[in-house]
Amino acid sequence: MENTKIKELEKVVVKFVGDSGDGMQLTGTQFAGTSAFLGNDIATFPDYPAEIRAPQGTVAGVSGFQVHIGKSQIHTPGDTSDVLVAMNAAAFKAHIYNVPKGNTIIVDTDSFKRKDWEKAGYSEDPLESDDIKNYNLVKAPITTMTKKALEGIGLDNKSITRSKNMFALGIVYWLFNRPMDYTKRFLKGKFGKKEMVLEGNLKALKAGYHFAETIEALPSSFTVLPSDMEKGTYKSVMGNEATAWGFLAAAEKSGVQLFLGSYPITPATDILQEVAKHRHFGAKSFQAEDEIAGISSAIGAAFAGNLGVTTTSGPGLALKAEALGLAIMTELPLVVVDVQRGGPSTGLPTKTEQSDLLQALYGRNGESPLIVMATKSPGDCFDMAFMASKIALEHVTPVILLSDGYVANGSQPWKIKKMADLPAINPFMVQEGDNAEAYEVYQRDENSLSRKWAIPGTAGFEHRIGGLEKDALTGNVSYDPENHEEMVKTREEKVARVANYIPELDLQGAQEGDLLIVGWGGTYGTLLTAGEEVKGGGKVGLAHFTYIKPLPKNTAEVFSRFKKIVVCELNNGQFIKYLQSELPQFSYEGYNKVQGLPFSTNELTHKFNQILNDL
Amino acid sequence: MSENPVIEYKAKDFASDQEVRWCPGCGDYAILKAVQKAMPVIGVVKEDIVFVSGIGCSSRFPYYMDTYGFHSIHGRAPAIATGVKLANPDLSVWQITGDGDALAIGGNHFIHALRRNVDINILLFNNRIYGLTKGQFSPTTSLGHKTKTSPQGSIDNPFNPGELALGARAQFFARIEDINPRGMAEIFVEAAKHKGTSLVEILQNCVIFNDKVFAEWTAKEVKAENFLRVEHGKPMIFGKDQNKGLIQKGFKLEVVEIGLDGVTEDDIVVHDAHEEDITLHLMLVNLQMPMVTGVIRSVKHESFNDRMEEQIDHVRATTKYKTMDDLLSSGETWEIE
Ligand SMILES: Cc1ncc(C[n+]2csc(CCOP(=O)(O)OP(=O)(O)O)c2C)c(N)n1
Ligand code: SF4
Ligand SMILES: [Mg+2]
Repeated sequence: MENTKIKELEKVVVKFVGDSGDGMQLTGTQFAGTSAFLGNDIATFPDYPAEIRAPQGTVAGVSGFQVHIGKSQIHTPGDTSDVLVAMNAAAFKAHIYNVPKGNTIIVDTDSFKRKDWEKAGYSEDPLESDDIKNYNLVKAPITTMTKKALEGIGLDNKSITRSKNMFALGIVYWLFNRPMDYTKRFLKGKFGKKEMVLEGNLKALKAGYHFAETIEALPSSFTVLPSDMEKGTYKSVMGNEATAWGFLAAAEKSGVQLFLGSYPITPATDILQEVAKHRHFGAKSFQAEDEIAGISSAIGAAFAGNLGVTTTSGPGLALKAEALGLAIMTELPLVVVDVQRGGPSTGLPTKTEQSDLLQALYGRNGESPLIVMATKSPGDCFDMAFMASKIALEHVTPVILLSDGYVANGSQPWKIKKMADLPAINPFMVQEGDNAEAYEVYQRDENSLSRKWAIPGTAGFEHRIGGLEKDALTGNVSYDPENHEEMVKTREEKVARVANYIPELDLQGAQEGDLLIVGWGGTYGTLLTAGEEVKGGGKVGLAHFTYIKPLPKNTAEVFSRFKKIVVCELNNGQFIKYLQSELPQFSYEGYNKVQGLPFSTNELTHKFNQILNDL
Repeated sequence: MSENPVIEYKAKDFASDQEVRWCPGCGDYAILKAVQKAMPVIGVVKEDIVFVSGIGCSSRFPYYMDTYGFHSIHGRAPAIATGVKLANPDLSVWQITGDGDALAIGGNHFIHALRRNVDINILLFNNRIYGLTKGQFSPTTSLGHKTKTSPQGSIDNPFNPGELALGARAQFFARIEDINPRGMAEIFVEAAKHKGTSLVEILQNCVIFNDKVFAEWTAKEVKAENFLRVEHGKPMIFGKDQNKGLIQKGFKLEVVEIGLDGVTEDDIVVHDAHEEDITLHLMLVNLQMPMVTGVIRSVKHESFNDRMEEQIDHVRATTKYKTMDDLLSSGETWEIE
């Protein structure tokens, strides 16, 4: 059944919203997966409530999944929706603000009865309002039609109703001229053994597709042609999954086993769950009794010869602070991942924010410098987890890697990496047969200042370490005042010297000129898109940081090439404070947002144009 | 004590070059000596032995052992020791802890280590006081006891470490007094042999801040009368003249004299350390007079680390991912030409 009128689009944003039990995450993931499979570039953004099942039909219980697909490269999940699929009145209410007039809204009219819109907080039917005439509204009795389509196959009522998300997906597949094979394969894999449920889902999907084809409300369908991405084999990855794989890859590459000690916390839990699946690589995942035990077990494992990793979010990082100090003192290879969420306290657990930067940099007692890195996109999580491990093992040191809810839950087509193409990892450790007599526990490599890691089981290298200050050479406990100062300076210098081993800052856009956009971590895609969209004739560059402490060596030189520097971050101004103290010779303007939401391209371009006009 | 040592070590081979810095007369010295005496017997080469501790006077211990050692942070040693053991199950891992370190700040890690049954040996130096911070009451300080933070007498209910441990599903619990060097060494060897978490509570005298806190039991004149050393399979007999024993009456253990009121040795309860049910073991740990020492419970259960290794072997044999490249290219993939 070919679509006759197909219009080509450069890119399109589709958002699926419904009750948290409506299966919107799955529906969105399927649309994204199918599109990626067709060769589109994609970016996705799930948006769900903290409660697993908030009251049905209320705005608090709305769960959404936004998918941006494109022929050209896509760096963000998009600001506004071209198509909104709303499964009930509450979902409609929560998301209509982000649909520009003239765009398409598909609603399940079965969930827009009086009781539904009243529950959503409307005093009159929103589908009958004057405002709705500004949109291309597609009214579909999705629940009723799903029931009709599945009549007589023997499925219970509840399961029938649950298949309505597939009906909605069918509509969208027709609208964007997507084949259904990808989802059919997925459903077979998921429900293979439950034949009736499988049949129900497949039937609902097809029924939705045919419904869309038949009705007049959708006069034509659209397509987004494959993108011009780099040649190669791709798959879709989620940020947290890629983080876990980065660690597994580092373990295989270095020959050092991975130990992950963690305590579940949103939005970091997926990393623990992913590593737990891969015991076959010898990776040891350990669900500890709390965050402190998580990091402590990882430190113990690092002492005993593993790559120690612990994963958490802001509140967990706070709990790990004292143990991080121990890792700094004992200089052991440890990576701590903080998948940031809205804070303080429990804050906004399912929303994104970049507000743990200062905690990562400074949140410990004593002079306790640490290497701090950040990941900028779902696919980049793989590279940064790998690099954080490489630095931890080669410099025998703890590293903090900052991710965030937006990156962690987002997905992206990822060009599959080959292990052979990844850089080597050479742990700085004592080998069997080294001269034990000459070994001093805190003797350092003259370039990197790393101490050599000697692990239990190695005869002749027995030694004791701990949190008490130690002699600069032997590592024995030392209360000597001068020695303490020397050690404080050495630990700082050891971190600073990592700058000699990390890539330089990659300046994108204009190489010199008017405005330098500065960002770090998960805001990369939006900053890049906004930078590209700035008009006004100014020369605009983007300096995006994934290595934060130490800063890349060419940072000051890059900064000096621009008239104006704007530091954009999803917090109240943390990176800017750090830059002001590290590179005080420049002046910075901050652009901040703390709403638990990512930046929109629009607000950024607006800001950048304003700055350029004022120059 | 003659096992088969891999190398003929002597106790002094386990002494490090660091000067021991406890107060003169501190019970920790005797414990250190006893551990050094036990080490040559456990049949493990030096490089495979790791001592992990938290913070406290007692936790300085690893510095004095010529093995691998890790003096960590207050209360967290069970988690660190767990990480060490899971990373390398071939190691013999010993955790040194105090009553504050294990039962106050580290209480959570302590109970979870016992519950999991990781194969580590925990030596709990119970002096019923915070030594390092100079004399505050601890979670084992008796009600009414005067300390720097309880000048009018403690109003805090104490834990009995053995009772807590059994509740947390400890499968090995032993108790011993610091004035009994031979007894300590024997029990440390027993703890090492047990596969799973072994907890040894050592009644340790802090001469400076809580001197003679166990004198009721340890004083020369009374110790034979007031301590009962149990041994698996042997009747619970004690006393200078070995004429006292325990019988079970209802839900309680009662002290009787053999030969009096027709009581014979056959009436005395025979110790069963291997019994799954904790009832008898609980009665023994809670008994105050006499205080029970020796191996009170020793039950074989599979250790957490063994389960972990088995699981790894199992999935290794069945997985479709032999290398990382298999995983990286798994799932739905597509080509961009
Ligand atoms: C996080 C933290 N809190 C408090 C302290 C202070 N502190 C050190 S040891 C100790 C108590 C030690 O008592 P115990 O564990 O019984 O050991 P002991 O000195 O009696 O052997 C305390 C409160 C610390 N070092 N770290
Ligand atoms: S304060 Fe007490 S426990 Fe600490 S070393 Fe002195 S005597 Fe021993
Ligand atoms: Mg104490």
